[in-house]
This record gives sequence, C-alpha cells and structure tokens, in this order.
Amino acid sequence: MVSEKRIDEIIDKYEGEEGVLIQLLLDIQNEFKLVPKEAIARISTRLQIPISHIYRIVSFYNVLSLEPTGRHVIQVCLGTACHVRGGPRILDEVENLLKIKAGTTTEDLKFTVKRVNCIGCCALGPVMLVDEDYHGKLSPTDVKGILARYD
Amino acid sequence: MARINSPADLERLREEIRAKRDPKEPCIAICAGTGCIALGVHKVIAAFREGLKEQGLEDDVDIRETGCPGFCEQGPIVVIYPEEICYLRVQPEDVPEIISETVKGKRIIDRLVYKDPKTGEIAVKESEIPFYKYQKRLLLGTNILLDPRNIEDYIAIGGYQALSKVLFGFTPERVIEEVKTANLRGRGGGGFPTGRKWESTRNAVGDPKYVIVNCDEGDPGAFMDRALMEGNPHSVIEGLAIGAYAIGAHEGFIYVRQEYPLAVKNTILAIKQAEDYGLLGENILGSGFNFRVTLHKGAGAFVSGESSALMNAIEGKVGEPRPKYVHTSDSGLWDKPSDLNNVETWANVPLIINNGADWFASIGTEGSKGTKIFSLVGKVNNTGLVEVPMGTTLRDIIYKIGGGIPGDKKFKAVQTGGPSGGCIPERYLDTPVDFDELTKLGSMMGSGGMIVMDEDTCMVDVARYFVDFLCDESCGKCVPCREGLKHLREILNRIVEGEGQEGDIELLEEMAVVMKASSLCALGATAANPVLTTLRYFRDEYEAHIKDKRCPALACKGLVAYYIDPSACKACLRCLKTCPVDAVIGGKKLIHVIDQAKCTKCGTCFYMCPPKFGAVKKISGEPVPPPIPEEERALPSGTRKEGGGGGEQ
Repeated sequence: MVSEKRIDEIIDKYEGEEGVLIQLLLDIQNEFKLVPKEAIARISTRLQIPISHIYRIVSFYNVLSLEPTGRHVIQVCLGTACHVRGGPRILDEVENLLKIKAGTTTEDLKFTVKRVNCIGCCALGPVMLVDEDYHGKLSPTDVKGILARYD
Repeated sequence: MARINSPADLERLREEIRAKRDPKEPCIAICAGTGCIALGVHKVIAAFREGLKEQGLEDDVDIRETGCPGFCEQGPIVVIYPEEICYLRVQPEDVPEIISETVKGKRIIDRLVYKDPKTGEIAVKESEIPFYKYQKRLLLGTNILLDPRNIEDYIAIGGYQALSKVLFGFTPERVIEEVKTANLRGRGGGGFPTGRKWESTRNAVGDPKYVIVNCDEGDPGAFMDRALMEGNPHSVIEGLAIGAYAIGAHEGFIYVRQEYPLAVKNTILAIKQAEDYGLLGENILGSGFNFRVTLHKGAGAFVSGESSALMNAIEGKVGEPRPKYVHTSDSGLWDKPSDLNNVETWANVPLIINNGADWFASIGTEGSKGTKIFSLVGKVNNTGLVEVPMGTTLRDIIYKIGGGIPGDKKFKAVQTGGPSGGCIPERYLDTPVDFDELTKLGSMMGSGGMIVMDEDTCMVDVARYFVDFLCDESCGKCVPCREGLKHLREILNRIVEGEGQEGDIELLEEMAVVMKASSLCALGATAANPVLTTLRYFRDEYEAHIKDKRCPALACKGLVAYYIDPSACKACLRCLKTCPVDAVIGGKKLIHVIDQAKCTKCGTCFYMCPPKFGAVKKISGEPVPPPIPEEERALPSGTRKEGGGGGEQ
C-alpha cells in the first residue's frame, strides 16, 4: 500500500531546492520499488511540475519504473567485457529458470530480471547483481544455486 | 574536529597525524573496492578483526579498508605493511595463518603470494608482481595507502597541499597556465585540453559559474572512474576545488551514476568530512575562497554522460544533449558558464600543482602527457586496472602487464573507446597508445576501456553488440542517430542470423557516413565506429557471414550447429540431462544424437560434454552430418563407467 504520508516526507526533504526532481524520484523508487501514480500526482501538486514532465523523466531513465518490481532485482551485466566472456548465456539461463524475459517480473513478484549495460565489475565478468550482492566469474551452471538463496 | 583555518594549521595537522602513525608498525591493508566485495572480502575483513582480537593484537595492528589497487583478477587482495607483503585470492580460512605466520612470525606464506603461471617465479612485494612492475601508478598507487572514508589518511599522504598552495600562492590565471603547460587533456574520451576549457569558462560572461565532475562512467568495460571515486574521493574533490578557484566558481557538482553505490556513499562522506575540516565550504583554509559541492545521482541513462546532457540531468530534466554550437563553457548548467571534466582528469590536477607542469609534461608522448588508466578486461589473463604512461604500446599492456590470452587461444582484436571506439587487430599491437594514435587507427582513447578479444569472438557480433547497446541508449532526439542505429541493427541482425544480402556491407558504410555528418551529439556521430573499424580490419568475416553463411569464430547462434560425434560419445548422459529443450536423444549405453529440429543452439551440450571426450562438435558453414542409424547406437558394455556423470534418467 502506498503511504501518502511517506510520499510527503520524501518530498519534504527536497522542497525549495532547484533541480531536485530526479533525486526525489530515485528516493521514491527506492522506497516503493516503483514510482506510484499517487506520488507523481503529489509531486506535481506540491512542486508545481506538470505531470507530463514527470512521466517523461520516469520513462526516460532506466532505474525509474512505473510497474512494480519484484522483491529481488536481478541485474545481469551485458557490458562488453561480460559479453565476450559469456554474459548472454547467463541471461539465457536466468530467463530459462524463471521463465520470464529480461525487463519483466515473475508473477509472484519475487524476481525482476533486468539487463544492465555495465556495472563496473568488468574484471570479474560475467557478473550478475542480485539486489546488492555481486556474483562474479559466473558460469550458467552457477545460476540455479544463486537464485535458490533468495526467497 | 576543529576547522583548519590556515595553511599552517593544515601542515600542523598533517604532522600530528603522521606522528601518531609509526610506519614501522604493522598495518594490514585490504582492498574493499567493488571488485573484491564481489569476491567476498567482507568475510575476510571480519576474519581479520576477529583473529586480531583473539590474539590480543587489535591495538597493535591496524586494519585499513582501502580502495581498489587494480588487480581484480587476483582478489581479494591483502597487503601487509611495513614489509609490503602482497597476498592474493585470500579466503577467510587463510586469515588465522596470516596472523600467526606473517603478522606475528614475519614469515611468508608461499601459497598466497604471486606465482608466475609460466616461469613459476614468485613475487612477494606488490611492486615486484609483473602486473604492477610495468605500470606507473601515479593515481591508482595511492589507493592501497588510504581508507577513503577517513580524510586524515589522505591528509597524511600530502592531501590538500595543492589546494593550499594555489589558494595562497597562485593567481587563478597562473593555475590555468600550469594546467595548460602540463598539457593535461580530458580523460573522459575527447582529449580536449583541460587548461583551454578552464580558460574559456573563466573568460565567459555570466555569473555564477559552475564546475562539474563527470562520474557517469557509462562506457561498458571501463571502471577506472569508479575505482578513483570509490578509492580516493578526496583527490577528485581537491582537483575540483583547485579548478573552481581557477575558473571563479563557488559551486560544484559531482555526478555519479547510481550503478556505483559505493562511490556514491564514499563521496558523500568525503564531501562532509572536507566541509568539517574547512577544506570545502565558506572561507576555505582562511583564504576567503568559498566553494560548495553537491553530489547528484544518475538514474541510469548512458547518454547522460555527454556533457550537456549531464547538465540537463543535474537540472532535473531528461538527460538529452543540447546542440553543440552553444558551448557549455558559455552556457551550461542553468545556462551559466560551466566546466565539466572527467574524474580522472580532476584527480590529475593536484599532482600537477604539487610536482609542477614540467614534471607532468615529461611523462608521455608529444601530444598526450601524463599517465592513463585502462581497464584491461575480456580474454586476457590479468584483468584489472592498469595505469601506464601515455605512449605505452598495446602489446606491452596486453602481454607484459596483462599476461597474454588465456587457454592458448589466439589474440584477435582489442576494443578501445567504448561504443564510440573501434576494434584494433594484431598487426597494430605495437602502436603506442595515446589520443592521436588510436584515432588514426579509426578507434579512440575513450575513457580507457580495453577489451581483449580472442579467436572465439566474432567481430560482426561485436559490431552488432555495440549497435544494439546504442540503440537502447540513444535518446531519440535526432533522426540520424535514432533511425540510423535502428537500421544498422536490422542489417547486422540479419547478417549474424545468416540472412545477410549482397550489398549489405556497402549500405552499412553509406549509413555510417550520414550518421557521422548529421547527428546532434557525439553518441550518434561516433555510433558507427565499431561497424566501420570491424569492416576495415575484419571485412572477410562479414563476407563469410553473408556469402558462405559461415561464422568463422563459431559464435553466431544463427550460423552454427551442434552435433555429437558418435565415435567420441561415451553416453554419459550429461548433455542429455542438461539440454533445456530435450533435444538430445539417447540413454544409458546409447550414443547420443541431437534432434536438429528441436535444438535452439544454446550451446549447453557443448559446454557440458567432458573435455576428455570432446564429443559435441560445433560447426558453421557446412551441413550437419546425418545422425547415426538407431541400430548402431548401442555402446559395448564396459564403456559407460568412464562417463563420470550419468546415473538413471
């Protein structure tokens, strides 16, 4: 449930500052795992920013999402170094196991799978990030065991 | 902590900190950068804290959690001072032995030191390891010496000395002159002379002026900015403050991509500490100079790394580039004169001030001075961050420092410059790396990603990979980039899928010319570079895909097929059990066969087949041999046990 009080608290942190919209939306995303419609309306009213402008920002940046994300976010790195070391095979395996495509969320809202263009762990490729845990030097056979650690 | 109010105060504090630290006392420096975190260093650190406590040594031995020293391949990395003993791939189980043997007993544990895989020679000290020996680590070398979360560590090694020197001894014009004489060029990719950029911003009409750090390191395969921002944020902040003084700015921004959470955290803390110590904020060091710094997090958009797009993002807008005929030095952030430089560029500034422009200009080549950090990754033995003087050859970087290509594979190309760069083939390995030489080869320096590719990498696929990447990241504002990339992708996709047509190569070349001439920003103008350089050096691979429907590297799914060599198959069931689409037919003591109609070419069977059998073959451009007749598939008894895997279905 989206708490209006919490939305207001987050907006309070930024009100009065110039150019805060993205930082504010990042905080909202962090709190609710998506940018809820209620938040967009509230930001628009309180900061006097047109709703269309806020939607434009949310749809432009990869981190911001209008759809709910899963409890755990899996980011499979497909930067160049990971690509040449077999990153696409890791993504294939994740997609096979969870039976969803990158960019979507499992029905039970457990996992969201994303492809990410480099998380800067290039020396350890291929790399996958689950929430804040980095898993490096992966082979497709490692994936199943890693996913089993999250519930 | 009391504020530092004068240069004398700063020197006094420095002496006090140094006096408290006896360089002869043992100190355990442990890399706590993102790479080593991924390798589980937190458990190693906890084991050291616990182990020292158990031995009653917690007050005698310091533990320093540092930034990344670069040798990520061999992490977690632990360096024990004062002897500078460097232990690699340290696991929590090793810690009690390290404490009793090395910290207390001053004895070296052989299995944890570097051993040359070819000669077997060991190297105990960090500086003796070949990976480090051939580098010149002016920037990265300090990472292991300090905890980025403690400003006093930075002050102890001479930090903020350069800022103090300019605030009390240099006019702003002289600072700019120094940077110009040093011939520092932008490390973010373009290589534009930093001093000239500062000068135009200083001379631009408008007030206030802004200075910006670009840590939106989006180039896939590059992570040196992350290592600097995470590992030594104060060096960047100090450089930024010096630049602000030279330009006449009182407000600065550090833009860090949110994919780098540790860099964000350490930078916020560093800004706070610098403010508390009076090294940022009002009346810095009592000089009357005011300078405030704010951190902005990116929200995930590659194009935001372009300077004008980044300024839009700081303003809270969509990170799209602005037309280039308006220079950001005249009209940048909030339409005010703004100077933006890359993390590595800023980090070089204190070095130039401390050591002099002539010293800096004595390192490197005619047109490119100083050192450059490269991220050496991909198909190379020693992956990690490498800092070398400009002009070092690609061969030295890849072979002397990088230790060559793993698994006796053949080198094919090295990709530099990120999605705007290109792939350089073996015959140019002796090229000295600097801004101008790489451009001559059709590639560019970029931010310093260096991705090594071996014979298993398909160059058409690499071109497609970058085009695909840029297609996702193009902001869509201008037609040549948006539509051009889409069509490049379409053509490349059909080539790698075996549907390439006569005339495709010429069409790619024609579109590349148009995109270069007419795109709004560098993203579009350079987007075709990976296609052009691969065409220039690996045209035969394109032709093989189009004419012979063959992928010479056996990498493109649409052009390869897998089959099982019946004379090598031992019916071990491994491929049969792991095939995700049940395309392997066979059973106990029955030679396995792949059902080509079902096969999705995922390659799982190829990787699962034990190397000693090597029964699963990958082919391209030739017909798949017909399956062995069913009546001949039974293996004589006694052969199955060798399989190793197996078991009941």
